[in-house]
Amino acid sequence: MLKDLFELFITFARIGGLTFGGGYAMLPILQREVVEIKKWATTEELMDYYAIGQTTPGIIAVNTATFIGQRHRGTLGGIAATFGVIFPSLIIISIIAMFMNNIEDSIVLQNAFAGIRVSVYVLILNAVIKLWKKSVVDKTGLLIFLLIFTLSIFTSLSPVLFVIGAGVIGLLTKTQRGERLK
Amino acid sequence: MIYLQLYYEFLQVGLFAVGGGLATLPFLYDISDRTGWFTYEQLADMIAISESTPGAIGINMSTYAGYMAAGIPGGIVASLGLITPAVIIIVVVAQFLNKFKDNQYIQATFHGLRPASTALIASAGFAVVMIDLVHVDLFRITGSFIDLINWRALLLAIVLFYLSNHVRLIKNLHPVVFIAFAAAIGMIFNFAEVAL
Repeated sequence: MLKDLFELFITFARIGGLTFGGGYAMLPILQREVVEIKKWATTEELMDYYAIGQTTPGIIAVNTATFIGQRHRGTLGGIAATFGVIFPSLIIISIIAMFMNNIEDSIVLQNAFAGIRVSVYVLILNAVIKLWKKSVVDKTGLLIFLLIFTLSIFTSLSPVLFVIGAGVIGLLTKTQRGERLK
Repeated sequence: MIYLQLYYEFLQVGLFAVGGGLATLPFLYDISDRTGWFTYEQLADMIAISESTPGAIGINMSTYAGYMAAGIPGGIVASLGLITPAVIIIVVVAQFLNKFKDNQYIQATFHGLRPASTALIASAGFAVVMIDLVHVDLFRITGSFIDLINWRALLLAIVLFYLSNHVRLIKNLHPVVFIAFAAAIGMIFNFAEVAL
């Protein structure tokens, strides 16, 4: 048990330490570590966690870590994964806060970060393409995707509304068609 | 006692900020107004650092804000406050889902939620890409279409996209390899330099 919790902690500490740019940028690393290597969740489940993470309070990276840990090893697992994912931030930011002034003035570091941001965009694009293949599987899915993508770029409506709306659409279209549900 | 106060302040942020790290920002401005632990300028630095260092943006910001208020223990206490509501809520939701995951109505709901999740991630990505790759302000000044696009960044993005999808030996490498490669390219070709 303790070994499992430690493995959750270490894995999520690695995920936290390799994520540049927040919750969404964490997705490609999660896909790699949690879905492909550890097989603690499927891509579909990962998407469910992200959707729930959008509607519940708190930041998405923490919500997702708690979720995966809880599903894998219960409440303690959720706590271990969460401590793991915040651990690198605590260390790195504390060190940066101490040396703040030197870093802001370093042109070399600023150049490195500008390069890093570009790679993060490409990684997110790759992750979105993978998600697209698994989630936009019919016309309803395509409609939901286009609607929410457009609305969230051109309006400042809360993502909570989008997620609840999409859930209701999913529920209505499936039950209306009287399809045999899995 | 400042630690208790920090914990309580960030507990509220964690409870009311829905949707991700940057959603905590309005609450941090509010804390700045009421407590004077950090200034608006420090908050701006905090965002820049949080976005370009490893880790979740929300946690990076709470660590930094807590550090400003009360040193290293302050950063830890603030972050613990921030995650407390999320951990409790998600554990309850996860237990509920474990019980009902095969229920057909839950399945149907998720059928709608998954494309929504993909769309939200795509639009968040789109928003940040526009800031870095398209220089609308510079275009307004010079009126030249060449200045509208950040060509160096776009070229690097295309190369990385090709390498990570179509080159057999490379595409299965860990994402951190691409990040390190991009950092090196950024340093060699002065990516931070804006043409203004």
